[in-house]
Amino acid sequence: MAKVTLTVNGRTMSSECDDRTLLVHFIRDKLGLTGTHVGCDTTQCGACVVHMDGKSVKSCSILAVQAAGSTVTTIEGIASQGELHPVQAAFNQHHGLQCGFCTPGMVMTAVDMINRHGGQLDEQTVRHELEGNICRCTGYHNIVKAVLSANEEMHGASRQAAE
Amino acid sequence: MYDTNYHRASSVEEAVKLRSSQDEARYLSGGMTLIATMKQRLAAPSDLVDLRHVASMKGISVEGRKVRIGAATTHAEVASSSALRAVCPAICHLAGMIGDPHVRHMGTIGGSVANNDPAADYPSAVLALNATVVTDRREISADDYFQGMFDTALEEGELITAITFEAPEKAGYAKFPNPASRYALTGVFVAKSGSGVRVAVTGAGSNGVFRVKDLEAALLANWSAESVSSVTVDASQMMEDMHATPDYRANLVKVMAKRAVQAAG
Ligand SMILES: Cc1cc2nc3c(=O)[nH]c(=O)nc-3n(C[C@H](O)[C@H](O)[C@H](O)COP(=O)(O)OP(=O)(O)OC[C@H]3O[C@@H](n4cnc5c(N)ncnc54)[C@H](O)[C@@H]3O)c2cc1C
Ligand code: FES
Ligand code: FES
Repeated sequence: MAKVTLTVNGRTMSSECDDRTLLVHFIRDKLGLTGTHVGCDTTQCGACVVHMDGKSVKSCSILAVQAAGSTVTTIEGIASQGELHPVQAAFNQHHGLQCGFCTPGMVMTAVDMINRHGGQLDEQTVRHELEGNICRCTGYHNIVKAVLSANEEMHGASRQAAE
Repeated sequence: MYDTNYHRASSVEEAVKLRSSQDEARYLSGGMTLIATMKQRLAAPSDLVDLRHVASMKGISVEGRKVRIGAATTHAEVASSSALRAVCPAICHLAGMIGDPHVRHMGTIGGSVANNDPAADYPSAVLALNATVVTDRREISADDYFQGMFDTALEEGELITAITFEAPEKAGYAKFPNPASRYALTGVFVAKSGSGVRVAVTGAGSNGVFRVKDLEAALLANWSAESVSSVTVDASQMMEDMHATPDYRANLVKVMAKRAVQAAG
């Protein structure tokens, strides 16, 4: 058993768990944040993507004890004061989801992708970067549209702020 | 997953000591192979020694043409290093094609080289660049290091601390990814330096990563994609599985070698 302390969505949270507990189960079962999903057993689907110390990771393939002391952001932590995050709004507007199972991972992946590329995203890059996220419903087109649109929105906004 | 005990090392010495204090202990780097294997109950280490917090094993240094990549450096860090890109862009390109962004944020060069998966990308770069595998106790040349599928010269408990190499004049990597797993169905890394040309192939061989001496000789005589055409690649040493026949892989070696030479310029 271990006591794991993390900063999750800006709040310090602790809980006891087995050393073998996966981060995704810690987040869902111990912290009660069930927005992060488990879609596969093989590190392939990306439904479990969260940010650890600012980087997208598959929380089904990391032990909670490995993450101890780090800062984690989940899908519950990206909207601010009731306002959807621009990526969430874009998924809504462009119908980037159907059943919604893959969506938390898709959104967290898109936020990381947009942050990393500093506005320089095109369709080919988005498709390459979605390699680790599987969606059984949409056929990806509307997800790609949503990511590109959110990129424009966020890039435009940061340009404005800089001016 | 079976039960296990987690330990976090903060130095090379501490990691080696923790590892040797338990018979069934294993090093844990990015976990992108090991945790996945433990989830399937195909591995059951009693203890895990986490390397991600050993500062001396992280980061990239480039001095002149001498490159050192710490074993716990992630694929994402290698892919995005501007210092490395300036002297050997081929290895950045290779790292950027491993798995997906999330795997690249965790997976490390040391874990990949220690694991020596026959379809992993890095072994081809390490072998073609004539790199040195630096461990807690010695330095191993790439030619001595790789000993077949999942087999290496590492002794029980030996810890890789860094990969070092002299940046070549030119290098290129081309990979035909398995459409499902994205590992290399065939990947070819070519490197040209003052001491000659080296060509290493991953994903295709029935005994893991290997060099193709005939391609090396042809490219030494004439560094061009055309000179690859004249070489016959022996299909008898190629892997056979549901994804591709030995003949198909032998042909892919040539196609990928051409693309790698073109990429190297
Ligand atoms: C979905 C997915 C796709 C992938 N696609 C690719 C791909 O396209 N190409 C590719 O090459 N790889 C691919 N991988 C594998 C990935 O690159 C792994 O990160 C890598 O093989 C192992 O590195 P790691 O740091 O995660 O090692 P770990 O999983 O932590 O360890 C692997 C093994 O090496 C040992 N080890 C780790 N570090 C050291 C060290 N410093 N010294 C000695 N022993 C050590 C461990 O004990 C363990 O036995 C993929 C993985 C996943 C999950
Ligand atoms: S649940 Fe993590 S990748 Fe599928
Ligand atoms: S919306 Fe159903 S899996 Fe993507």
